[in-house]
Amino acid sequence: MLSITNLGVYHGYVQAINNLSLEAKEGELLVILGANGAGKSTLLGTIAGLYRPSAGEIIFKNNSITGQKPDQVVKQGISLVPEKREIFSSLSVLDNLMLGAFHRYRKDKSELMNDVKEIMELLPALKGRERDQAGSLSGGLQQMLAIGRGLMSRPTLLMLDEPSIGLAPLVVREIMSILVLLKNKGVTIILVEQNTKSALKVADSVLVMERGGITHSGNSSDIIADSLIQEAYLGKAHTN
Amino acid sequence: MGEQLLQLLLTGLTLGSIYSIIALTLVTTFNVTGILNLAQGEFVVIGALIAVSLQGTGMPMAVVFLVSVILVGILGGLLERLTINRARGASSLGMLIITIGLSISLRGLALLIWGTDTYSLPAFSQGGSIMIGGAALNPQSIWIFALVAVTLAGLYGFFEHTFWGKAVKASVYNQTGARLQGINLNTISLLAFVSAGGLGAAAGVSIGPITMVTYDMGFMLGVKGFVAAAIGGLSNVGGAVIGGILLGILESFSSGLISSGLKDAISIIILLGVLLIRPEGIIGAIRERKI
Repeated sequence: MLSITNLGVYHGYVQAINNLSLEAKEGELLVILGANGAGKSTLLGTIAGLYRPSAGEIIFKNNSITGQKPDQVVKQGISLVPEKREIFSSLSVLDNLMLGAFHRYRKDKSELMNDVKEIMELLPALKGRERDQAGSLSGGLQQMLAIGRGLMSRPTLLMLDEPSIGLAPLVVREIMSILVLLKNKGVTIILVEQNTKSALKVADSVLVMERGGITHSGNSSDIIADSLIQEAYLGKAHTN
Repeated sequence: MGEQLLQLLLTGLTLGSIYSIIALTLVTTFNVTGILNLAQGEFVVIGALIAVSLQGTGMPMAVVFLVSVILVGILGGLLERLTINRARGASSLGMLIITIGLSISLRGLALLIWGTDTYSLPAFSQGGSIMIGGAALNPQSIWIFALVAVTLAGLYGFFEHTFWGKAVKASVYNQTGARLQGINLNTISLLAFVSAGGLGAAAGVSIGPITMVTYDMGFMLGVKGFVAAAIGGLSNVGGAVIGGILLGILESFSSGLISSGLKDAISIIILLGVLLIRPEGIIGAIRERKI
């Protein structure tokens, strides 16, 4: 579904992504692990069109989306829930959700309201808060809203950048179960996480990034079994 | 004495309304794009001068008004595409210098086309002054008050009750978030400059019957609009209107009661005062905005 070949991205003079290639299959939940500065957020931002690659190609559903701008990428069915949530704090929850469907607003407004209802079913914690200012919500609810807003564009590929950051374990579990639910509905998910244990529980396949490249890849059990990964990301002592 | 004070107040309200409209367009453009458009005064003048030329062809004033608004709106959009859009990513200071360049170029263009003559425009409605408590109110002032009211209501309706208005607000609050929803910030910037041009022209055609029109009056109008916006904190729509009215009244009273030579100086004195007392209201807002 998504194929990236030899991707290179610079932030100024610093190379954030270096010759990276990856494949994400349709309907899978791909987890990307890595330390701060490994290039995970840059990778998601580049797929979403926020950054322009200096090299390589991004193919989505057999079409090149390399260097496309975010408004063009969203139309292809790719949505990014960014690390800082980037919700519109002064607007209402409903406005935030509706703006998630910006590119298809003119087509059918009643369809959009149905989508809002569906999202409220999926994220019941937001029910009854539609008129509340988004900035007044708790961190967990803001994250739910960011996910809901991301879904309003009806993505076939949903990317989430550290959705568990700063949230209570109970909320993290809830978010992970929502992601599994979405995956079961056919949405392909790329999840960047530092909460390795939670992420590995739901992952179909896993990539580990270091200094702008991929160092390990495999399915969840392969990665859990890797002693270097255990030491680096799961807090277990290296036994070899 | 009472009649004189009332007269000065009415004059001040008229002047203030003119400054308010310019301040409103400055604040709206600044909020939406992060650019302080110092060519705004030139949009006012070009609008008025186009109206002078159109009016000479015998067109009805309502059509003159509409065509001027549309033409200067297109001019605003064209200038945004040819300059601002091409310099996207430049610093706030760089953008400010571009708008100063635009201001100088537009003034030069106006000089080439309309020369140094002073022009006048006919009032929107006929009839003599309206007497209020012994003070005379020019009927054109009522049109200017109405323009401020319609502009405010229009901006409120657009931002609060339309989807596009909310998209613009979203891009003001959070540019990354807006881009990720597919909101094209280039389109929003274009929209801001088209409206700035159109509103500037509306102001120009409305004040033409009162102030007369010359090619070089835009700079001072721009400065006064900026002072009014600065009084209101540069990003506050309501504050810009209050700032404009306050500036107009202060100008009117100072020139009426002290010396007419103070009329232009008063705005610079207020600007210096705001900079000294509340510099974060202007400079802080400029620094915080990203283009």
